[in-house]
Amino acid sequence: MTDLPQSTNTKLGLVIDLDICVGCHACAVNCKEWNTSGYHAPLTDTDPYGADPTGVWFNRIHSYEVERPTGESQTVYFPKSCLHCEDAPCVTVCPTGASYKRSEDGIVLVDEDMCIGCKLCSWSCPYGAREYDAFEGVMKKCTLCIDKIYNENLPEESRQPACVSTCPANARHFGDLGDPNSDVSKMVKARGGYDLMPEQGTKPVNKYLPPRTRQMEPGDITKKSKLEDASPDGGFLGWLDKVLTD
Amino acid sequence: MNPAYSVIFFTTASGAGYGLLALMGILNAGGYLPVDKWFGLTGFIISLGLITLGLLSSTFHLGHPERAWRALSQWKTSWLSREGIIAVLTYIPSILFAIGWVFFQKTTDTYMVMGLISSIGAAITVYCTSMIYASLKAIPAWTHNLVPPIYLVFSLATGGLILNAMLHVYDAPIKDISIFCLLTLALALVLKLKYWKDIDAAPRKTDLASATGLGDIGTVRVLDKPNTSENYLQQEMGFRVARKHAEKLRRIAITTFFILPTILVSVTFLVPDLALATTLIAVPAASIGIATERWLFFAEAKHVMMSYYEG
Repeated sequence: MTDLPQSTNTKLGLVIDLDICVGCHACAVNCKEWNTSGYHAPLTDTDPYGADPTGVWFNRIHSYEVERPTGESQTVYFPKSCLHCEDAPCVTVCPTGASYKRSEDGIVLVDEDMCIGCKLCSWSCPYGAREYDAFEGVMKKCTLCIDKIYNENLPEESRQPACVSTCPANARHFGDLGDPNSDVSKMVKARGGYDLMPEQGTKPVNKYLPPRTRQMEPGDITKKSKLEDASPDGGFLGWLDKVLTD
Repeated sequence: MNPAYSVIFFTTASGAGYGLLALMGILNAGGYLPVDKWFGLTGFIISLGLITLGLLSSTFHLGHPERAWRALSQWKTSWLSREGIIAVLTYIPSILFAIGWVFFQKTTDTYMVMGLISSIGAAITVYCTSMIYASLKAIPAWTHNLVPPIYLVFSLATGGLILNAMLHVYDAPIKDISIFCLLTLALALVLKLKYWKDIDAAPRKTDLASATGLGDIGTVRVLDKPNTSENYLQQEMGFRVARKHAEKLRRIAITTFFILPTILVSVTFLVPDLALATTLIAVPAASIGIATERWLFFAEAKHVMMSYYEG
């Protein structure tokens, strides 16, 4: 049944740090790499080398420019993937029971064999986390790399979602957001992590850490600062310093 | 939202079919309709035909139509599932109702009850159809509380126009049915105008600044999209109709679903000799209007997800 679990003790999810994401798209690429041979294999591409390539991607990285009231602007890279909502509308609208939320860890999944490809879940998701595979006629979505995080054939440090493992800037973190003492929960608390579109009432598990406030004033670069005297005692070095400075 | 033709056809055709079925059930119970074999046959072929074609067309846009039966399982949470179940269940009383009417010319007692149950089933199905859309918070325009009444009234109005034409074809015109048509058309117009006025005036709750949560820092602009060509989300939910076209299409919709049918149905009072022709023409006129209205219902509705791509 597509009714949601009352509540889940474990809430596995991601914390995404907008302050340090460099927008390299490595998470999206490694996600595609892992998942195209994983639970939802294949992540079909249409016209991949042609003029209008499109395909199934579970991570999409937006780039925004934020202009502060003082005039300075800042680029913010914004990776977006399924937020594994506690009140996931994509689950309750599903007419077949293909969409479900796991009671043991809160991961939202699609059972491809049950999916009729009506796309209603993608309409109901305010974040655009659902993807339609036109080739296979079913919906696909981020699984939080369920086939990686529980995979005992992998070394323990690799049991992280592909997007987290690969991030070169350490902007993505994985953990249990249901446990207030987990590293991710502490990070959310310390940095003021927030929900996307709280007005939608979806209670997303994934959290976003806002960009830190920075000293934005560039300083006065027109003022010429006097160079340090290289050899105040004179001598050969003093002479050389004088020659090079002039 | 992308206005898929299969869904527009489904909602309008099955809406008209259920409207006609509901009216046949109720008016038969009141003893208004001729218990004629051919009249009944025509009515059931049109109503059950439109319903069946509509339901079939709604499965055309599925990725796996052969699994459509699975959609009958999640009545606890899914309006789409509820709609499917009530639609299938409604066939049972309506087919029994049809058998009594067409084969035995009997529409009383049990058959009358079957007719009334068909009417209730028809109304619930149309309500469920409207709730599939009205329950989606991610598409704010559709959550307007007039969406279910609009679906129901349009269903009755189109069903009424078909019934009115049928009564003229079988030379058994009922004045009250013509009046009913005029009233439902007027009600449809009032509700639709109110809906359009409200969605135009509704403040946008979600924009790029709020969706990203970056609005507190400053003004947010899109610097680069996540993909070089349009992705599934943009194709499915990024459809937008230009404002000037929307206004023109609204006028076309009003003209064809309200003004023309109202004039054509009024003719039955003024020039009864022309009534057969005009009540028949009123049906395709209103169909064009309602298809346009339904197209706009999709094309004008903005999905909040698109906030991440715009601005």
